[in-house]
Amino acid sequence: MEPLLEISSLRLSFETLGCVSEPVRDVSFSVPAHGRTALVGESGCGKSLTSLAVTRLPPTDRAAAGGEVRFSGRAARVSCRAGDAALAALRGRGVSYVFQNPSGALNPVMRIGRQIVEAMPPGVPRKEAAARAVSLLERTGLPDPARAARSYPCELSGGQCQRCALAMALAAEPDLLIADEPTTALDVTTQKTVLDLIDVLARETGMAVLLITHNLGLVAGRMDDVNVMYAGAIVESGPVEEVLSRPRHPYTRGLLDAVPALDAPRDAPLRDIPGTVPPPDRWPAGCAFHPRCARAQAVCSAGAPPPATPCGARRFSCFNPVPAEAADAV
Amino acid sequence: MLFEVEDAKVAYRAPGRPPFMAVRGVSFTLGEGETLGIVGESGSGKSTLAKALTLLMPFAGGSVKFRGREISAFTRAERAAYRRQVQMVFQDAAGSLNPRMSIRAALDETLRVHHPEMDRARRGARIAELLDRAGLASAVLDQYPRELSGGQCQRASFARALAVEPSVLVADEPVSALDVSVQARILNLLRDLRRNLGIAVILVAHDLAVVRNVCDRVAVMHRGVFEESGPAADVFDSPRSDYAKSLLAAVPDVKRALAARAAAQAPTA
Repeated sequence: MEPLLEISSLRLSFETLGCVSEPVRDVSFSVPAHGRTALVGESGCGKSLTSLAVTRLPPTDRAAAGGEVRFSGRAARVSCRAGDAALAALRGRGVSYVFQNPSGALNPVMRIGRQIVEAMPPGVPRKEAAARAVSLLERTGLPDPARAARSYPCELSGGQCQRCALAMALAAEPDLLIADEPTTALDVTTQKTVLDLIDVLARETGMAVLLITHNLGLVAGRMDDVNVMYAGAIVESGPVEEVLSRPRHPYTRGLLDAVPALDAPRDAPLRDIPGTVPPPDRWPAGCAFHPRCARAQAVCSAGAPPPATPCGARRFSCFNPVPAEAADAV
Repeated sequence: MLFEVEDAKVAYRAPGRPPFMAVRGVSFTLGEGETLGIVGESGSGKSTLAKALTLLMPFAGGSVKFRGREISAFTRAERAAYRRQVQMVFQDAAGSLNPRMSIRAALDETLRVHHPEMDRARRGARIAELLDRAGLASAVLDQYPRELSGGQCQRASFARALAVEPSVLVADEPVSALDVSVQARILNLLRDLRRNLGIAVILVAHDLAVVRNVCDRVAVMHRGVFEESGPAADVFDSPRSDYAKSLLAAVPDVKRALAARAAAQAPTA
């Protein structure tokens, strides 16, 4: 079956004051229709830029880009400027976004209801549109949807705003919902309700979901496939059960170890990943992860590892992967 | 005992409206070097309680004793001493540092205010020690908050809080805005502080796994009261209140989720 979204060898480079940096260097993955796919990594790895490049939202519109983004057969070559009409058709109906900061995604001087109506496909009669906005809000589980529709964003809490942003994204009836850290700013209970809601709505409407997060706990419970991204490239990808229960790339392993587990011995130090993600203009030669990697060898700094070693449905890009048998102990 | 808190209340007042009780009577004690985790969802009053404990808001009722002395009866000098003893670290680390001061200037100012007897050379030596304690490289000293990552800013605010040798650190969601890898490092730092310096910690967080990792005791806060409190092992392993159970169930735990998936697939496989 042809995937809904297919990104192949995506590159994005930016030139600022004569300095060229390439925050996305080589990203290939796909999202199947009705699928639930995750893109995981620390801040500054290029996850958000990758997702914005799908519809060329700023700042990716001014990037020099290479590779290809295909959306359900419609190719939007990112290397050349895709026609504005084609992109306009893709935005909203094709792909909708929910971002981390809901109050930034909402217009502060427009009532919620009107913003949702604005996002609907053309041709919905005005009266029906208003009613549909309220019913969308109701489906997001807001306690008093009619009142929320009349409210301004500042009158609602962060969790409520995020539900409104979600209602707005759904108003366009997209084929793909890209949720970029949708719950990082919310507390665990609200996080659960918002993600449960995305799950339910995705199942009802058949839309595919691309979830961007740094929290592997969220991925483990809800997603089908996971792509782990580091320094502008995918380092490991595959089905969630396989990747998270037996990670092969040391970076995936590191991300898993850093999350405090509910059954870990109390008061035991957490294993962190030493160092930080370097800025895109200073990405190390060879495997970009080698300065932070406990398994690094001489070969790792010499040259880049092959982009993806196939291993069943899973791929990883590493010279010295975590041994398959040792990887079992999560 | 550092803190003996009995039925403490905190209220937000606005003209022409009845006061809103954000904290409706909580009681707890905190001994030297102990860690207390306060968990709850947004709006449960946990940050308000943290603010009141650091004198950023007044208590509206109840009794709060610090080392046996009632806080509300403090003299001016006692308040100043208390502010030194009880330091705070906030969620928005970059926002709690002055954007126009380098990290060196921020630490130096704190030392000048609280330790006027120190000369420049001693302050310099102390700053180097604090940086080391917080796990920061000396290169950050001449940098400004905007040049640092979120994790580095949070470490700098820890260094600043430690500058005055507090006996209690009140940390309000110190890791919830950080990446998981950085979060792990800050939590390890928090644990080391307690172990090596004997500093008591009040950790306010919504993520139970985080609190479980560092705290001896936990209080679950909901609508301004403690629904449940006790040793971390009891609350986490056998929560009694429904609210604590629901919080625990909402934690996105990798292992639990993978086990649930495996269980869900088993019948069909």
